[in-house]
Amino acid sequence: MNQTPDRLVELQGVTCDLGHGPVLTDIDLTVERGTFAGVVGPSGSGKTTLLRTLLGTVDPTKGEVLRREGLRIGYVPQTETIDWSFPVTVGEVLTMARPARRFRPWTDTIERATVSDLLDRLGLGGLQRRHIRALSGGQQQRVFLARAMLGSPDLLLLDEPMSGVDVGTRHELLHLLADLHAEGNTIVLTTHDLNGVATHLPRLVALNRTVVAAGPPAEVLVPEALEQTYGAPFEVLVHAGLRLVVDAPHGHTHGHSHAATHEGQGAT
Amino acid sequence: MIEFLVEPLRYEFVRHALVVCTVGGALCGLVGTYVTLRGLSYLGHGLSHAIFGGAALSAAAGVNVFVGSWLWGLGSGVAISRLARSRGGRALRADAAIGVITTAGFAFGVFLLGRYGTVKRSLDATIFGSVLGVTATDQLLVAAVAVGTVVSILAWYRPLLFATFDPEVADVSGVPAGRTDAVLMVLLCGVILTSMRVMGVTLIAATIVIPSAAARFLTDSFAKVLVWSAVIGGFTGLAGMYLSYHLDVASGATIVLVQFTVFVISFALGGRTRRTRTEPVS
Repeated sequence: MNQTPDRLVELQGVTCDLGHGPVLTDIDLTVERGTFAGVVGPSGSGKTTLLRTLLGTVDPTKGEVLRREGLRIGYVPQTETIDWSFPVTVGEVLTMARPARRFRPWTDTIERATVSDLLDRLGLGGLQRRHIRALSGGQQQRVFLARAMLGSPDLLLLDEPMSGVDVGTRHELLHLLADLHAEGNTIVLTTHDLNGVATHLPRLVALNRTVVAAGPPAEVLVPEALEQTYGAPFEVLVHAGLRLVVDAPHGHTHGHSHAATHEGQGAT
Repeated sequence: MIEFLVEPLRYEFVRHALVVCTVGGALCGLVGTYVTLRGLSYLGHGLSHAIFGGAALSAAAGVNVFVGSWLWGLGSGVAISRLARSRGGRALRADAAIGVITTAGFAFGVFLLGRYGTVKRSLDATIFGSVLGVTATDQLLVAAVAVGTVVSILAWYRPLLFATFDPEVADVSGVPAGRTDAVLMVLLCGVILTSMRVMGVTLIAATIVIPSAAARFLTDSFAKVLVWSAVIGGFTGLAGMYLSYHLDVASGATIVLVQFTVFVISFALGGRTRRTRTEPVS
C-alpha cells in the first residue's frame, strides 16, 4: 500500500442513465493510489456501469468524474464478453494493445522479452502460441490481466474476474491480485461473490444504484448494510477474523461470531 | 497442362483478367478477414449492392464510375455506421442499418437503369461480372489498391486487430473505434470496386467471406489467418479464372465455386487438426 495516497479518480455526485432510468444515482467515490477494493451488489445494481464510469466509457448525466492527468487505466473485461472462437493466440492478445513500430507490426526482441517476462511472472510461461480457448479459466483471466498490465497502468479495473472459475482458480487469482497490490498496483474489481472474494479484500463498496456502505469488510459485511444492498436479510458469521455471509432464515438478522479454527485465505 | 496454362495468355484481356482476379481475390481475402471476424459478413454483400447505385449514378451523370462508386460506397458506410450508433446504439441493430442503406442504394441503381436505358450496357457487367473488356487500367487500379491496402494494414495492424477482437477495451485503450471503422470501410470499398468488374455485384460478397472462413479452419493465429485468407483468395481467383476460360462459364460463378471447394477441403482437413491443437487444458 502506498504511504502517500494520491487521488486517481474521483466521482462527485455522479448519476448515470443508460436510457431506461438511472443506473447509478448520486455516487461519491474516490479511488486513491494503492487501493485494493471490491464493488459488491446484486445483479443490476450498477457494478459494471460504475466500473465503466471510472474507465470513462460511460459519461455521467449528472455530477463530475475527475481523473488525475495522464492517468493510465488497464481494463480486464468479463470473460463472458470475449469471443473465444476468434483466431488469436496468447501472444497476439498481449501485443495488440501495444503501439507498434510504424509499418512493422511484428514483435522485436525487446518486446518479445517484455511479453515473455510478464507471462512468466503471471504463470503463463510457454503459452504464447496457444489459442486463448485452449487455456484453463484461470489462465484465460491472467492473459487479459497481462494485457492490461502491459501498458503499465496506474489503475487496474477488473469486471467480475472470479466469475465462472472453480475454487482453486479463485484462490490462485486472489493471491495473484494480492501480490500485484503488494507491489504497488491499484486495483478495483467487481464481484458478486461475498464469501469467496469480497471478504478477502481490504476494502469494499456495497452498491445498489448508489453507495450503501464503503470501508473494510468489518464495516460493509454487516447485516444492516447487506439488507439495504440486497433487499434481503443476512446473517454474518465471523470465522477466525473472516466475515462469512449466510442467508438469514425467517428474517433473523442478528450477526454473531464463533471461534472456529477457520483459516482465512487470500488478499488481505 | 502447360497448354492449359499458356493458351489463355494469348489474349490480352484474359491476361489482364488473370491479374485482376488473382490480386483482387487476395485483397478480398485480406480485408474480408476483418469483415467476417467483426461479424459483418453481410456488410460486404450489402455494400456491393449499395455501390451499384453509385455506379449507376456515375454512369448516368458521365462521372468516372470508379471514383463515383467509391465515394458512394464510403457515404453508404458512414450512413450505416451513423444509423447503427444513433440513439446510443439502442434504436437499430447494425444488420438492420446495413439492410436499409444498401437495399436503398441498390434500388436507386435499378431505378436509374430503368429511367436511363443507355447506361444498361455498362451496368450488366457490374451486376453479373465479366472478363471481357478488362483493361490495363483495371490492372493498374487493382495494383494501386493492393499497395494501399497492404500499407494500410501494416500501418494499422495492431489497432485494427484490437478494435476487431475487443472494441470496447480498444476504445478505452486509445484506439479510436470510429477511425478504425473508417479505415476498414475505405479498404472494403476499394477491394469491392476493383474486383466487382470480374466478380459482379451478386457474387463479390462470397470472395470477401469464403477465403477467411476457410483460413479459420487452418490456424488459430490471427496473423496466419490473414496470410492464409489472402493466399486462398489469390489462388482461387487465379484457378477460377483459368477454369472459367476453359469451361466458358462466367468468371464470378467459377471463382466462387472454386473457393467453396477450398472451404470444404479446409473444413474437412483443418477442422480436425485444429480441434486437437486447441483442446482446453484441464
